[in-house]
Amino acid sequence: MLIIDKLTRSFGGLTAVSNVSMQINKGELVGIIGPNGAGKTTLFNLLTGVYEPSSGTIKLELNGEEVNIGGLKPYNVTKAGLARTFQNIRLFKDLTVLDNVRIAMHQNVQYKLPSSFFRFNNFYQEEDKLLEEAEQLLDIFKMSHKKNELAKNLPYGEQRHLEIVRALATKPAVLLLDEPAAGMNPFETEELTNTIKWIREEFDLTVLLIEHDMSLVMEICERIFVLDYGMLIASGTPAEIRTNKRVIEAYLGEDVSNA
Amino acid sequence: MRVLSKKNIMILAGLILTFAIVYALRNFGILTSFHEITIAMVCINIILGVSLNLITGFTGQLSLGHAGFMAIGAYVCALINMELNSTFGFILGVLAGAIIAALVGVLIGIPTLRLKGDYLAIATLGMAEIIRVIFLNLEITNGAAGLNGIPRYTNWFWLFFFTVTTVVLISNFINSSHGRACISIREDEIAAESMGINTTQYKVIAFAIGAFFAGIAGALYSSYFYFLRPEIFGFLKSIDILIIVVLGGLGSITGSVIAGILIAVLTAALQSFAALRMIIYALLLIIIMLFRPQGIMGTKEITDLLNFSKRE
Ligand SMILES: Nc1ncnc2c1ncn2[C@@H]1O[C@H](COP(=O)(O)OP(=O)(O)OP(=O)(O)O)[C@@H](O)[C@H]1O
Ligand SMILES: [Mg+2]
Repeated sequence: MLIIDKLTRSFGGLTAVSNVSMQINKGELVGIIGPNGAGKTTLFNLLTGVYEPSSGTIKLELNGEEVNIGGLKPYNVTKAGLARTFQNIRLFKDLTVLDNVRIAMHQNVQYKLPSSFFRFNNFYQEEDKLLEEAEQLLDIFKMSHKKNELAKNLPYGEQRHLEIVRALATKPAVLLLDEPAAGMNPFETEELTNTIKWIREEFDLTVLLIEHDMSLVMEICERIFVLDYGMLIASGTPAEIRTNKRVIEAYLGEDVSNA
Repeated sequence: MRVLSKKNIMILAGLILTFAIVYALRNFGILTSFHEITIAMVCINIILGVSLNLITGFTGQLSLGHAGFMAIGAYVCALINMELNSTFGFILGVLAGAIIAALVGVLIGIPTLRLKGDYLAIATLGMAEIIRVIFLNLEITNGAAGLNGIPRYTNWFWLFFFTVTTVVLISNFINSSHGRACISIREDEIAAESMGINTTQYKVIAFAIGAFFAGIAGALYSSYFYFLRPEIFGFLKSIDILIIVVLGGLGSITGSVIAGILIAVLTAALQSFAALRMIIYALLLIIIMLFRPQGIMGTKEITDLLNFSKRE
């Protein structure tokens, strides 16, 4: 589904992602872990077109077609079927919850510019559909009653949820989640874990998950990739990763094996 | 029919009333020509303010060159108008002026809208200056002496018609999916791109639409005041328009309408103190920045305040 080959990105002298190759299969839920500054977010930024790779390729296989998404503009990557959330929450914070979701639906809107001025019939039809679909998506996190609130007024946890809803609204095939549980308490994390599982089934998604919360990663990921100093140092099932020497070293003291 | 909602019927009633009152006052000879000029400037200011608000307030692209597009609309309309001297020629001139302004907007927008913040502001400022200098040097526009004896077809009906049309069309746009795409650029360009919005394309679209309506404003202006000179459309005119947008509130159509009226009235009142005018503008801006930095309306609309229905 997603084939990453010898992907490298450097910033000046620093190689944030170094010669990373990964293959992710359709429907998999894959974890990406690594210490702070390991290059996890940079990897997402490369996959989603925020940064251009210094070298290497990224291929997305969808419905038998193969698209080279490395170096595409972010909106073209999203169109190709990859959607993401941001580690440092990037909602449209002065807009309503509903508008946040509807903006993400825009790429699938059919009516053209003239209809946005003159409101032909298809304007009303599609806007009704947008509203209905947005509410359905918001209901995944029981948020549809907050649709008219400004995103910035949501509690922190719900802002993270809205990031996920917004990504889903682009109708992706691959969902990239960058630390969705950051700042959440164990109870909230547990709830989120279940929701991520459910979302994957419901929307038939392939999921890449960056997360520092080991309990979450170990519980739901089928495979885990470990980055350290930009390099892929290990990959395998949670059980394999837990006992991997290089991983334990990379985390120096942080006890992966007990998680 | 959604068009006949309670809200729209009330708006329509208000509009008809406004039109009728001004029309009656004029016909009973209660309005002096001084009043009429002020009313014309109210309408032109509203069109300019609302159209620049789309670019700067809603899409978040600081433009210091709106007067350039106004100039294009004014000259194109005036030239056609002087040639044809008929209502048809006037309408043709307005549309041609608007379309050419929009095309120039696209042409200039594509390279400049890649720039951000200060750079974009400087580029748009330069663009307007270039447009002005072109009109200053063209033979057909009669250089610095400008065009004189432009036939007057701009009247209360057309002023009202184009003002209402501008406000309705731009409000519709803002409240559509395409409009929301523009607003997302203002909010967070990286997030917008990552949600599938082609930000460059939508910046150019906003720029072109804004230019189109500025062209209309210029066209109305040219066929009201009989004469045109390039100096009318200098840097200060662009700043005047920006003041309307900032005063009313970046991201509020209602705000631009209110501020457009305020500025026109203020300008009329201060007509004999031209030097004082800029000082009072500056003071007004400083006061706004100190006490209400979001402008009169912030990003609110009159419909939010009257709470006809939650914006959906
Ligand atoms: N735009 C940039 N310019 C320069 N350096 C960058 C840039 N983006 C990331 N880096 C550097 O690349 C390295 C990897 O950063 P990245 O954000 O990918 O780490 P991460 O694994 O996501 O860490 P964390 O767990 O803290 O989120 C860091 O050293 C960071 O400073
Ligand atoms: Mg990170």
